[in-house]
Amino acid sequence: MGFLPVIGEGKSADKTGSPEWLLTRLVDWGRENSIWPASFGLACCAIEMMAAGGSKFDISRFGSELFRASPRQSDLMIVSGRVSQKMAPVLREVYDQMADPKWVIAMGDCAACGGIFNNYAVIQGVDRIVPVDMYVPGCPPRPEALIDGILKLKDRIREGQGRKHKGTYRDPRADSPVFFSELEKGGARDALRYEPKFDVDDTKK
Amino acid sequence: MAFWKSTAAIVKGMLTTLKHTARPAETVSYPEIKRPVAPKYRGRHRLHKTKVEVNGVDKEMERCIACHLCAAACPSQAIYVEAADNDPSNPTSPGERYAVHYEINMLRCIFCGYCEEACPVDAIKLGAEYELADSDRHALVYTKQMLLEPEKFAPKGQFHADVDGLHRDKKPVVYDVKLDPDHDLDTVYKTHAPLGSTLSQLADHSSSRELREASKELNAKGPTAGIPPEHRRG
Repeated sequence: MGFLPVIGEGKSADKTGSPEWLLTRLVDWGRENSIWPASFGLACCAIEMMAAGGSKFDISRFGSELFRASPRQSDLMIVSGRVSQKMAPVLREVYDQMADPKWVIAMGDCAACGGIFNNYAVIQGVDRIVPVDMYVPGCPPRPEALIDGILKLKDRIREGQGRKHKGTYRDPRADSPVFFSELEKGGARDALRYEPKFDVDDTKK
Repeated sequence: MAFWKSTAAIVKGMLTTLKHTARPAETVSYPEIKRPVAPKYRGRHRLHKTKVEVNGVDKEMERCIACHLCAAACPSQAIYVEAADNDPSNPTSPGERYAVHYEINMLRCIFCGYCEEACPVDAIKLGAEYELADSDRHALVYTKQMLLEPEKFAPKGQFHADVDGLHRDKKPVVYDVKLDPDHDLDTVYKTHAPLGSTLSQLADHSSSRELREASKELNAKGPTAGIPPEHRRG
């Protein structure tokens, strides 16, 4: 199965009708319908995440029922809750141990940008340490909102955007709270430019 | 004896399973069927408009007068307001100022509704939309346009009249702010030009004119004018 991560990266992958295109579609279809999340609950958002996994909302309808205890078996990390400075290396390690292709959902405000916890103890957005594919706003988001996030992620995978790793780290200018007008102006927020304390380079493994 | 006991236990357990298979499923088929949100549910914000009579003609204006109270009340500093003076000949809002920029960072917002409570003119209200997920964090900073007319400008698939409508006889909710009949907007605006005042009144409103003149006078005297010498810096 070692060849699976490279499927879709060949030259003819986007050429409609070619054998690689067909295989890529097939693999994308398979990936899209079996996103297994890692068991990684951090705070109150995890309660809503569990509710989404329960019988009332039941994300198994979309192939995401298996919260895997091992990161080696999971494709999706739902960062559900605030990430403290102490938890950050652990989160990064779990992410590194996950098999490619892998996706990250930043669930809730705290995971996305620190939320109301704008202090020294909490990482101001998990996209500073792992590339994030989908942000789900809410405090916490209701289970439907999480399912909506997963469905939008599924769409991305189906379109092939999830094939090559397309998650994004934080734009260093975009420190929170980020506002367009301030981004245009530049200046003030640039002073808050973040420098990661540990290595976040994906290519070094 | 133990054998029969445990067999009975298994049968009892299986009967419970059997009983539940006959029951209708608990699951909500979410994307197809949307559970109605509670009437008090707080989702995505919306900025409202109002009709003001100007020279005998109804003019649609933004309610927001850029007082920054929502930004001050926000516990997560998710709201950014930039104010500008209204053009007296063509005012954008019924007050003295209007919001040039009004942005809410949905990733910061905790949907607590404090902005709604703080707003003196009922310009901002939290709606019922919760499907806000996006892959781009910059797309989650909602601009004034997106908040004023989400049907047109908010990302697709985020405006859900069906969700809104479910708890009110399945009719889509028309976002029309209905104020209490006792809620007198004139008292709200008493420090500014009163709501519905004519253009000449708006331009000539005493408080704004006095303030403007006073600040002009101070500015002419230099940056430290008006500050007692013992409080001056440097």
